[in-house]
Amino acid sequence: MDAVDLSRLQFGLTIAFHYIYPPFSIGLGLCLVIMEALYLRSGEALYQQVTRFWVRVFGLTFAIGVATGIVMEFQFGTNWAAYSRFVGDVFGSALAAEGIFAFFLESGFLALLLFGWERVRPRTHFLATVMVCLGAHFSAVWIIVANSWMQTPAGFRIVGEGLAARAETTDFWQVVFNPSTLDRLSHTLAGAWQAGAFLVLSISAWYILKGRHLEFAKASFRIGLAVAVVATIASALTGDSSARTLATTQPPKLAAMEGVFPTSAPAGLHLFGWVDTEARRVHGPEIPGMLSWLVHFDATAPIVGLDAIPREDWPPVQRVFQAFHLMVALGFVLLALALTALFLLWRGTLFSTRWLLRLFVPAVVAPQLANQLGWMVAEFGRQPWIVYGVMRTAHGVSPRVSAAEVWISVVLFTIIYLLLFVLFIYLLDKKIRHGPLPEDLVVTGRRAWT
Amino acid sequence: MDVSALPLLWYLLVGLLFAGYAVLDGFDLGVGTLHLLGRTDEQRRIFLNAIGPVWDGNEVWLVVAGGALFAAFPPVYATVFSGFYLALILLLFALIFRAVAIEFRSKEPGRTWRQTWDVSFSVASTTAALLMGVALGNVIAGIPLDVAGDYTGSFFDLLNPYSLIVGATTVALFTMHGTIYLTLRTEGATQALVARWIRPAILTFVTLYATTTLATLLFVPHMIAPFAARPPLAVVPLGTFGAVLGIPLAVRHGRPGTAFVASCLTILGLWALVGIGMFPRLVVATDPVLSLTLHNAASSPGTLRTMTIIAAIGGPLVAAYTVGIYWVFRGKVRLDHMSY
Repeated sequence: MDAVDLSRLQFGLTIAFHYIYPPFSIGLGLCLVIMEALYLRSGEALYQQVTRFWVRVFGLTFAIGVATGIVMEFQFGTNWAAYSRFVGDVFGSALAAEGIFAFFLESGFLALLLFGWERVRPRTHFLATVMVCLGAHFSAVWIIVANSWMQTPAGFRIVGEGLAARAETTDFWQVVFNPSTLDRLSHTLAGAWQAGAFLVLSISAWYILKGRHLEFAKASFRIGLAVAVVATIASALTGDSSARTLATTQPPKLAAMEGVFPTSAPAGLHLFGWVDTEARRVHGPEIPGMLSWLVHFDATAPIVGLDAIPREDWPPVQRVFQAFHLMVALGFVLLALALTALFLLWRGTLFSTRWLLRLFVPAVVAPQLANQLGWMVAEFGRQPWIVYGVMRTAHGVSPRVSAAEVWISVVLFTIIYLLLFVLFIYLLDKKIRHGPLPEDLVVTGRRAWT
Repeated sequence: MDVSALPLLWYLLVGLLFAGYAVLDGFDLGVGTLHLLGRTDEQRRIFLNAIGPVWDGNEVWLVVAGGALFAAFPPVYATVFSGFYLALILLLFALIFRAVAIEFRSKEPGRTWRQTWDVSFSVASTTAALLMGVALGNVIAGIPLDVAGDYTGSFFDLLNPYSLIVGATTVALFTMHGTIYLTLRTEGATQALVARWIRPAILTFVTLYATTTLATLLFVPHMIAPFAARPPLAVVPLGTFGAVLGIPLAVRHGRPGTAFVASCLTILGLWALVGIGMFPRLVVATDPVLSLTLHNAASSPGTLRTMTIIAAIGGPLVAAYTVGIYWVFRGKVRLDHMSY
């Protein structure tokens, strides 16, 4: 492999590993706000215990997220120097804004969230929880702004030529609200809420099945379920909207996602399939005209196919197709799980329906997988461009960094990240086995905050 | 604002962010270097908890400084980070290990477990400080660049004597800074132990500070030129010298608070010396024509103006809650069930 492929591998590897944790922080952060708000409203010690336990889980995921996130910030410079020189004017400000508006907020109030229980009043502690949650969301906002600009660049012009050519911002708000920002942000957040909610649901379901910490687990499950229902529905709606935007902003990505080759109406929707790129067709069941209808609300409207796009500008079709279909399938599974649980909760039989609770335990993996796959659809779907239609990935790499150097770093990252993952699972497992601490329940109700 | 003033403003702001990083993360990196000198498990836990609520926020200064450098001077960000590739990757590993060590260390009671993370924390903190100092030494002394601004040397070229001295000085500076910080935050037997480290820490730093100054005078004359050209600037090195002198004086009078302020001022003074010596360059190239300056490496005025607005909104907020957090967690460290 050359330095370009290795740098892509490294970026993919480091971001995939990093991206296990921020969705937990975002989703769990939202759950924490709800839990602590319930505590402040009701004054019930149970909710205090619920909040404290999940804060500890949050602390663990947050720590690894921060440790691995710092790599992302510097990797643009180390491996993608040509890209950084070219887009720094536009792209750098989003990263700087993330630092100023999100990281400082999170890290400052995280100290209060983790260590401040006995040092500040409950209302101040709640403020810290809200701020940490907001910080996690702001972080997503600026990262999605930066990434969306790479997908659908706007608000810039190219100045200079050859080596000196670079993108220059002409309109900051167009950069921020480029054509794909809002769709992609809402979809990403919905996915992150699912990750956090299903973590709560998984652990709570496990406690209920084991008959341990029952009151605690049921209270946690209800809160997790409320977030999960909203998030799974939001995910379906925003996903649909994101895909529809692609028809006008990134036709090759949409074509690859659905394996559309001829630009002839109407385009069908494949439930699943195998792409035969050479023969330019997809083997698998198809609903005729469905894609055209989903995109244009007209089953006969044409969709731009890969045939209309020069071969060298095609994304890796098979990978995008499979990642997309798997993501959608997982999304529907999660939606079905959440709605079934909601129905049974309404019927009053949820906590005695063991088969469903058993499904919830492993379900924590599904949103994580869907988030990773969604990211792959976005990034593979943009290839061979690093900035869509403006700069090719192969031209963005650091000119002087050798393949050997990147090999060294890829191997080191792999070893260290594997080690971190093992430690994360080990410590999370320990926290779960340990369960909520009885002393968290002692702090009594209303007196605590009046 | 006058368009030509914007790159100057961002030269100062990026410098300020790195200075803030050095002052804040400086003491917790120093605590890391000292960590293994803690005799008992309890002492080591006290050290960790002394930086517990703040180290993460301190490190954010580095992330934001990196982001600001990327946005305000993209070619500098690209040149330095790709040029120092392996060194940067090592720094990242050090920072990862350090963060994880702080977080994991006290989560298990086992001796081997704690010892492993204690060593990780200490080695990683020291390595991080050393690498940052070495990088600074190279940027000051000058590195070989081509016309595209890419570094043409090798990893081992970075380990030249001058840069290694700057690296060692950085480690000594942060260690001294950390020792003083620990004196402030500890009490009883732990404080008595920490107090014994102050004198050797100061002596080591002063020796290396003098060595670096001498080496700079002899081998890096371009860093001295601005002071020779504008004699009133001599107030900066003299002020720094005064701050350094203030540390042992304050310690002798039993005023760790004053010593800590002097130590902060020392870091700021040294950083100001670097800033003045480098001006208007951000990276010195061995061929002076190819140096990256605030004129040839700045982003467009539009972007700098936007960034200025972002900084104007974000800066005061950051300052307010940083002060707030330090205030909430003020006082001597005591271990309880919320501690690491």
